[in-house]
Amino acid sequence: MRDEPPIVVVGAGPAGVSAARTLVGAGHRPILVDEGMFPGGQVFRRPPSPLQQSDEKLYGFDARRARRLHDEFAALLPSIVYHAETMVWAVESNLLHLARGDKTTCQPWKRLILATGAMDRIVPTNGWTAPGVVTLGAAQIALKAQASIIGKSVIFLGSGPLLYLVAYQYARAGARVVAVLEAGRPFQRFSDLPALASGGATFARGVFYIAWLKAHGVPIKTGIEPLEILHGSDGRTNGLRYRRKGQGRETILSCDALAIGYGLKSETQLADLLGVDFHFDPQQRQWLPTTDLDGRSCVDGVYLAGDGVSIRGNQIAAIAGELAALALLSDMNGSEAPQAGSLRREISRARRFRRALDSVFAFPTDQLKTLPDEALICRCEGLTAGAVRDVVGLSGESDINRVKAFSRLGMGRCQGRVCGPAAAELIAAAASTDILHVGRLRGQAPLKPIALATLAGGRDEGI
Amino acid sequence: MKVFDLAIIGGGLAGCSTALHARKKGASVILLERGRCGGQASGVNYGGVRQQGRHPAELPLARRSRGIWGNLYALVGCDCEFIATGHLKLARNDGDMVDLVAHQAIAADHGITIELFDRADLRRRFPYIGDRFYGASLCAEDGQANPRLAAPAFARAARQLGAQVQEECPVEHAVLSPFGFEIHVTGQDTPIRAHRLVNTAGAWGANVAGWFGDSVREEVMAPNMCVTEPIAPLIGPNLGICGGGIYIRQASGHGSIIFGSGVGTADRDALRARPLAAVTMDAAKAAIDMVPALANVLVVRSWTGIEGRMSDNLPVVGPSPTVPNLYHAFGFSGHGFQLGPAVGAVLAELAIDGGSPTCLAGLSMTRFAGVPDPAATSPPANKVQPKGKGNDTDEK
Repeated sequence: MRDEPPIVVVGAGPAGVSAARTLVGAGHRPILVDEGMFPGGQVFRRPPSPLQQSDEKLYGFDARRARRLHDEFAALLPSIVYHAETMVWAVESNLLHLARGDKTTCQPWKRLILATGAMDRIVPTNGWTAPGVVTLGAAQIALKAQASIIGKSVIFLGSGPLLYLVAYQYARAGARVVAVLEAGRPFQRFSDLPALASGGATFARGVFYIAWLKAHGVPIKTGIEPLEILHGSDGRTNGLRYRRKGQGRETILSCDALAIGYGLKSETQLADLLGVDFHFDPQQRQWLPTTDLDGRSCVDGVYLAGDGVSIRGNQIAAIAGELAALALLSDMNGSEAPQAGSLRREISRARRFRRALDSVFAFPTDQLKTLPDEALICRCEGLTAGAVRDVVGLSGESDINRVKAFSRLGMGRCQGRVCGPAAAELIAAAASTDILHVGRLRGQAPLKPIALATLAGGRDEGI
Repeated sequence: MKVFDLAIIGGGLAGCSTALHARKKGASVILLERGRCGGQASGVNYGGVRQQGRHPAELPLARRSRGIWGNLYALVGCDCEFIATGHLKLARNDGDMVDLVAHQAIAADHGITIELFDRADLRRRFPYIGDRFYGASLCAEDGQANPRLAAPAFARAARQLGAQVQEECPVEHAVLSPFGFEIHVTGQDTPIRAHRLVNTAGAWGANVAGWFGDSVREEVMAPNMCVTEPIAPLIGPNLGICGGGIYIRQASGHGSIIFGSGVGTADRDALRARPLAAVTMDAAKAAIDMVPALANVLVVRSWTGIEGRMSDNLPVVGPSPTVPNLYHAFGFSGHGFQLGPAVGAVLAELAIDGGSPTCLAGLSMTRFAGVPDPAATSPPANKVQPKGKGNDTDEK
């Protein structure tokens, strides 16, 4: 197997590790590239050893799964080539360009499994760039990897199951949770309940978090419209002004930190650079790489798994990782693995629950319609909502790449990874057009910012 | 039956400028663009507005264009972020200095002032330049502009004056008929008719020319470019180097550093171009060599576009050698952004007035073998054989 054409897995979260395990099980020696210091992805992130805590404390109900992933990985390690803290900064038809520290190297590939995961989805609120405002994901990183909290009294704002989980974790860690403010109205329709209940243990955990928070006196308010994130003379956030949707009365809450998140957004730049087809998923309200149920893309040798294809959570990600690896093996060998059928059925079964979640925690498109003109939408370029609306109005353009060309929207450090989804909604609203016609920002290398000196350093044989 | 005075194929900067200038002369104008105006090379180039270092055959056009760049606001209602930051061309050795001195004299003949710096002057005036350089020449009135804004601004101005600018309107074929030019557009049964035709189809220009028997070879190139995060003001003039290679500018007002060298890949038929990682890495190395302070600045994006290139790295600009009332301007070989505004002015003059005060000697298609030259029997005034020397190919 020594000279086999390289199989590379990108991402060491639940999907990537499961894919690697399946490939090793079939006698291969995959190369696993991951940005993290340790395997586990965002969900099972581990702190550096001086800050180590028990799995129960770090992952709660998910402790067993987290431990299984880490144990599995430890067993896998001798059978794979593992590059930690390594970013893929560019990809070409048979070559991955990697960067670690200030060094770069090339990794040839013949078959590729992309398990690139997801990041927080942001909806800007006036004042959202004040220090002390972080994403839900960042609030979790502070807890899991840095053994710290983002503030002593924290407001959780946004939409989605993660909101309640992180609020619960913060309360358990000793923070005062001022309030959980949910933009959606998830518990309004009884008709959603059977579909939500189909989530089984996952749904039960969500119910537990909410019940626990309520029992501990944490106010949970739904149908919220955030109006402004307030800050003191030092610029740091010190509160939030909001109202219930459709009501005039405004409320101000004080805090010293605020965590925001409106669900997750798939990380798709690698698939984009490889030329994978994309489609607009109206349920998740984002552009996603197109694959078959097994994770095969339209590009020969390229497979996708996990939240980088569609936001379905860590359990489905692990199944999808195995399925993608089986698809790769079956394309290599021409014979299908017997367990593929049951894995597909598990993924299909989870659809109902996911659809219900996506529907009760729907993306708050209204907030982009009412976002005040002075609110920043693209923080890298300092562009306000009003500036983008002006460009749309004056140019008559509704294609996001055209608006980008005229306004610099999405041209900064984040390359649209943070502002893209909200900007697309804003443009659609300003142009009174369907978000489908707004299109998606096209990706370009580098996938994330990289110093000239790193690029100039040439090849490093050591990686 | 509607017959336009002038039809234009290709909505890059040259085509949009032609539409505007012809409309200002009162001609009825239709411009046909396959995608969006400025969507190809005109919109994704480096953004240099440079006279210095150009081949003598291009200097009259470059000179005229510089005048237009300085008055864009009055012409198109937008300055397209043009600013005269200057262009500094660095010499690597004594031989380069000799070339710079020679070019200074040629430029002076065209009314362009260039200032020379020896090593000590260079250190003093531009301390951020790497210390291996031997000297430099500065053309203070050269500068930069935002390519994404320019062609659309010309298109908008032309439209406001009544030109028909049709985007998403691919031309399938055009022929000469008894009614003038007949242009067949995808999805339309009736051809568009015009008395005169301008071909500003960029990397696809030779293809359009070929429909009329004007056969010339046009290659494609995809300049590999990168942009960094914004940084505090560091670099004044746009930087280039003798003999071509790395070019660097700091976007005025914004602060990002734009640099490039070498080429990525381009597929003219698939309308697809990609930068190459290896080329980006070489460019980063050369950029640090030129401006060491850039070492820790973050690159946020690389990109390229599809640009037409002629074998001698000079554009084809002028009347068709064989077909009356047909005019070509394509294959700009990386020089089209600075030249574009004047090319449009000159094409409008040629097509509508029958002549232009701007000299196009050396840019006619007749310079290529196999292209018939109706002027061959007259004095060879327009037969300056271009040489590559002193002509940067990739700095617009």
